[in-house]
Amino acid sequence: MTLTASPDGTVPDGTAPDGTAPRPEDFYRTMRLIRRFEERAMDLVRSGEIVSGIHPCIGQEAVAAGTGAALRRDDIMLANHRGHGQLLAKGSEPGRLLAEMAGRTTGVARGRGGSFHPSDFTVGVLGSTGSVGHGAPLAAGAAWALARAGSDRVAVSVFGDGAVNQGALLESFNLAALWQVPVVFICENNLYATTLPVGASVAGSVTGRAEAFGIPAETVDGMDPEPVYAAVARAVARARAGQGPTFVEFLTYRFEGHHTFEITTRPRYRDPEEIARWKARDPLALQAGRIPEGLRGQIDAEVEVIVEAAVRFALAGPKPDPADALEYLYASGLQTRPGVAAMPEERTAPR
Amino acid sequence: MTKLSYTRALNQALAAEMERDPAVFVLGEDVRHALTHVTVGLFDRFGPERIVETPLSEQGVTNFATGAAMAGLRPVVEYQIPFLLMLVFEQIVNQANKFPLMSGGQARVPVTYLLPAAGWRSGWGGQHSDQPYSLFAHYGVKTVVPATPSDAFGLLVSAIRDDDPVVVFAPIGSLAIRQDVAPGSLVPVPLGTGRVHREGHDVTVVAIGHLVYDALAVADELADQVSIEVFDPRTLYPFDWDGLAASLARTGRLVVIDDSNRTCGMAAEILATATEEMNLVAPPRRITRPDGAILGCVPELDVALQPSRQLLTDTVLKVVKNG
Repeated sequence: MTLTASPDGTVPDGTAPDGTAPRPEDFYRTMRLIRRFEERAMDLVRSGEIVSGIHPCIGQEAVAAGTGAALRRDDIMLANHRGHGQLLAKGSEPGRLLAEMAGRTTGVARGRGGSFHPSDFTVGVLGSTGSVGHGAPLAAGAAWALARAGSDRVAVSVFGDGAVNQGALLESFNLAALWQVPVVFICENNLYATTLPVGASVAGSVTGRAEAFGIPAETVDGMDPEPVYAAVARAVARARAGQGPTFVEFLTYRFEGHHTFEITTRPRYRDPEEIARWKARDPLALQAGRIPEGLRGQIDAEVEVIVEAAVRFALAGPKPDPADALEYLYASGLQTRPGVAAMPEERTAPR
Repeated sequence: MTKLSYTRALNQALAAEMERDPAVFVLGEDVRHALTHVTVGLFDRFGPERIVETPLSEQGVTNFATGAAMAGLRPVVEYQIPFLLMLVFEQIVNQANKFPLMSGGQARVPVTYLLPAAGWRSGWGGQHSDQPYSLFAHYGVKTVVPATPSDAFGLLVSAIRDDDPVVVFAPIGSLAIRQDVAPGSLVPVPLGTGRVHREGHDVTVVAIGHLVYDALAVADELADQVSIEVFDPRTLYPFDWDGLAASLARTGRLVVIDDSNRTCGMAAEILATATEEMNLVAPPRRITRPDGAILGCVPELDVALQPSRQLLTDTVLKVVKNG
């Protein structure tokens, strides 16, 4: 079983891990990359280069870095709307991801997915659906297909606490447990579904939802990449061994708004003291403290080079030609009718 | 020659494609016991990995199929009742059908959504008798409504082989049809190709699904007064506009008979396009269910809400007289 090839013929490379746990500096490098990438992306939002705005994942880097490190490049991921960190940790090229967010044809999805719905088949990211929680059944279906073909690849679905009340997600828990699908459900519980606190939206518990279907579930600190990695690696090992789905809830926090529109709308749904308390647990600072200062400075410098190159690459990419607006609409290449019919004298070809 | 029933044609198409391509499999409710008869014999032949019995979880299952398709398989999802397509409308329209575009061409989602009984179920109440094909055409999801057993075979085969999502509506009114079929004559029918069942020169009746048989009956009855051409689009999206234009070039008059509700139904699009782009010598007419119609549990009322031969007869005569 191979993934559907992308138009340029690339497929996930099937790179196997070397079997050793990542070093502290590996986590730090990924997290620093995500942090600086998001900060620069927010600059590009302010300057109008990223017209959609973004859902920044600053503060949640440890979940992305730990998850990405526990996965192989050829494993499948369904990301969500706060997915830049997830894609970077899965291996997406920063320049191509940023180009995607800026709507350039050089983006990972040729500028047609944008910041909200990036997919990158070269690293196994099939998509980021805007229907909150619906990535879970997509991942379960993909994982089922891989297992049926005899592959040991697994699929993960990453979603937030807002997703755990969605029927389709709960249905996917049932299907995955019923059929022992090699899927890992990862909940980034950042305590808010847009403005709604988790306590006002979740009856029972987050993990209780998975447990009700007989899916092993645990709650783990999401502000530290090392326990994140350990938990996801355990879940992935279970999946690869044919032991079915696992659910992991990571307690984390987004330091920025739900979306960059909060820069101007400034809704007040979070207590500033709460934000300060979580910022004091900055996962990037935690991880920085675990590596020698010289190495940290070296990594920071390397990341700056990578991120600035990414910005240059993104902004140098061409925007799609409006004449191509219907391109990629159908995999079969079906051409559709335009929004206005030609007058008889304008017709050059059969309808 | 053997007599082929409509449902048997769907069954044969499914079996043939599952035999031909190991990526094809079925997801659905009661498919193991073939409640709709479409999967008869297939569980024993292909096993539980290819005929996958699902719980009542239509949204989860529909997305599950999308995920499996993006990982290389070709799922056929069976839905027993038309309203289930409304339950999963989001999963089909907003997800499966958008991933090719949103991935910039990386994703293919070759899923077939099979509705083996679409339309009126006598006395089954207000929630079992819808005909929602126009909704999918509106959103640009490939949509087929085969009228005959051989077209049911050929279009289901093409739907399964297509690289995009395709919804296949089997109209209940066609399920009782049995057709003489010569051995080896069942072939794929390309999506987007209409079919002229009967040639004529006074008026084109575009008939969708089971209404093709009503159109043919009316054409017979009126043969000594009006020469009716019966055009069956077979695929509603993409529609065979060239085929319709060729027919109207012969007749110049148009009546559409369509089991959809009136507003934004398929017939409205056919009339609009014909009026904008084709040469008509008389104002066209459509026969549909009334606006907002809900078929319920009283057969006499339900019959009154559906397009009928009498309405078609009256309408054809008026259109011909007016032009």
